[in-house]
Amino acid sequence: MRAPAPGASWGWYRVAVFSRAIAAIFGGYAAASASAACLAVWLPVSRVDAVTAGLTLSFVTYTCVVLWVFAVRDAWRAWKGVLWPIAVFGGLFALKRWVLGV
Amino acid sequence: MTTVDHVKGKAAAEAQPEGIRQSMSWLHTWAGLLLGWVLYAMFMTGTLAFFRDEITAYMKPEVQVQAVTSDQAMITGVRYLQTHAPDALRWFVMPYSDRDPVIEVSYQKPGKTGRGSFQRVQLDPATGEAVQSRETRGGDFFYRFHYELEMGYPWGRWLASIAGMFMLVAIISGIITHKKIFKDFFTFRPGKGGQRSWMDGHNALSVLGLPFHLMITFSGLMLFMIMVMPAGIYAMYETPNQFTADAYPSFASKPRTNVPAPMAPIENMITQANTAWGGASVGRVTVNHPGDSAMTVSLTRLVSERVSYGRLPPSMIFNGVTGEVTSASENDSAIMTTVGTIVGLHLGKFAKPWLRWLYFIVSLAGTAMVASGLVLWVAKRRQKAGKDAANRFSLRLVDSLNSGTIAGLLIAMPVFFLANRLLPVDLPDHANWEVKLFLWSWGAAFVYGFVRQRQAWRDLNALAGLLFLSVPIVNALTTSRHLGQSLPAQDWVMAGFDLTMIASGIFCVWLSWKVSRHKAKAPAAVKPKAAPRAAPQAASAASGEASAMAKSAAVAPGTSTAAKAPPTAAAPAVAPPVKTAAAAPPERRDDALPPASAYQPR
Repeated sequence: MRAPAPGASWGWYRVAVFSRAIAAIFGGYAAASASAACLAVWLPVSRVDAVTAGLTLSFVTYTCVVLWVFAVRDAWRAWKGVLWPIAVFGGLFALKRWVLGV
Repeated sequence: MTTVDHVKGKAAAEAQPEGIRQSMSWLHTWAGLLLGWVLYAMFMTGTLAFFRDEITAYMKPEVQVQAVTSDQAMITGVRYLQTHAPDALRWFVMPYSDRDPVIEVSYQKPGKTGRGSFQRVQLDPATGEAVQSRETRGGDFFYRFHYELEMGYPWGRWLASIAGMFMLVAIISGIITHKKIFKDFFTFRPGKGGQRSWMDGHNALSVLGLPFHLMITFSGLMLFMIMVMPAGIYAMYETPNQFTADAYPSFASKPRTNVPAPMAPIENMITQANTAWGGASVGRVTVNHPGDSAMTVSLTRLVSERVSYGRLPPSMIFNGVTGEVTSASENDSAIMTTVGTIVGLHLGKFAKPWLRWLYFIVSLAGTAMVASGLVLWVAKRRQKAGKDAANRFSLRLVDSLNSGTIAGLLIAMPVFFLANRLLPVDLPDHANWEVKLFLWSWGAAFVYGFVRQRQAWRDLNALAGLLFLSVPIVNALTTSRHLGQSLPAQDWVMAGFDLTMIASGIFCVWLSWKVSRHKAKAPAAVKPKAAPRAAPQAASAASGEASAMAKSAAVAPGTSTAAKAPPTAAAPAVAPPVKTAAAAPPERRDDALPPASAYQPR
């Protein structure tokens, strides 16, 4: 993010910041949760270990998503960076949980 | 932290599409500011919590006992409970620490529920008899405030975890922003203080303590991850409780039989545990259904013996009547050991005195890092706003929040210690009064920060300094364990505490003096060199993290006056080495920030 160019509207800038903040905070949390769930079902260790590792690493996911959201140029890319991990981690979780079975 | 994207000047607009550093700088600034005050309070109280046991010992000066081994303390504790609480539902010998050598036991009285059903007693390890002391929360207050912020469960823990996440983002984005992080680590140019600007203070505090700051922030998030990140648990378990039961085998016991039975000798169980653990000590005992034939005894390993034990060291459970081992837990899988180590590093229970001091000092640097970052936010914007600064609501708001929070906590801490000594020892609710006075004095400082914004930094720091300095004096007047006695007796808890109070007091007074000198000199900024001297002087004085904090804290308020001075007065001070924001090449601007008071309003 950066301040708007001279002449650009502060109103739009505020909307853009708000949109990214939502993407980072709530989208990031969703992505972190999805990664925790995904690792919990996929890691080939005991149940309690897999869950613990998933919880621990979810904070890394969260941080990466937040950085991504504020690093990219436009809001669309920012949201893509949130939705992709949710889709991938969530999809892998669903595959293991409900298709392959744990 | 670059200034680039905050400069709404031509240079910023002309720069190429926003680089990663600019965006990370933006993120660093706002992630750091939004919960910065919460983080400051967490860092400061967490720093004190490393000396939790020592603070507790200091706040019970009438208790003077000699430490024993942990195993011996457990035996003494169980003996006392056998004699004085044979009818209790459960017995606890609380985790023992030779840093606060009194033995603490507690038991659950029959026929009652809730908190009121627990009775706590402190024992002298030498005699095994109860000792009386004034009622105080001691170091536990800071420990709990660190993660609960005096808010009810679970709100404080949630807020602390959210603040921790902001901190993690602020740290990582700060690292990305700081492009010369590796080079700066090996660069020290004391002579160049002016040119490099006092922002160096914030950078130095952050970079030198970086491994610690990262560790403490990430591990802090681990502490409540079961609460804040339940999705991973629900993926494999029905409820979080099942997970906890799986991860940390519980002490679930059979129901009472109401058939009386004597207890097997506790010494034998402890010896068995010692042998099973390769000579390690027992640090805590829990007895369920004492005196009943369904009695179980669980012995937990001394937590300070290994980093990786985190919060829940291994335990062994015995049949209390026969003395046989019924189960033993030690989940030492690689993942559990890793997470245990991360948590153990956060808690620092394993640290012996020198390492504990290192923890304390680096953690203070972290506190100063947060504080200097908050002050920096105001100082930078004030510089840009020029004479307009006094009218900017956002600047006034943040500056008042800063002085009220940062200096306010420095007032509240000595007030807490003074209350401990000055309140009548037998006052009912002594412990709660200490906490109330802590909060009230902080609140009063907060109000003062808003009401008298321009004097707040100077006055509050001066008051904090005087209060800190008065702690050892009041201690000498109210107890016999003052420095004149504690130093010759090598009573390091008492002496160390008093000396730390004196050092803190001197620091705060110096801070206040630094601020007021700026106030006095800034209006006279017509003379070249007068105003901008602050930065180089503070920089050359910076020998430790404390003075570096002072540097930022002291300069900021000075900045205000300088910036508020009419342009004609401020302009000459700009004189030689300063590049204006627009003239400096974008690549260098973060390091080439002009001295705070040297800004030339346009």
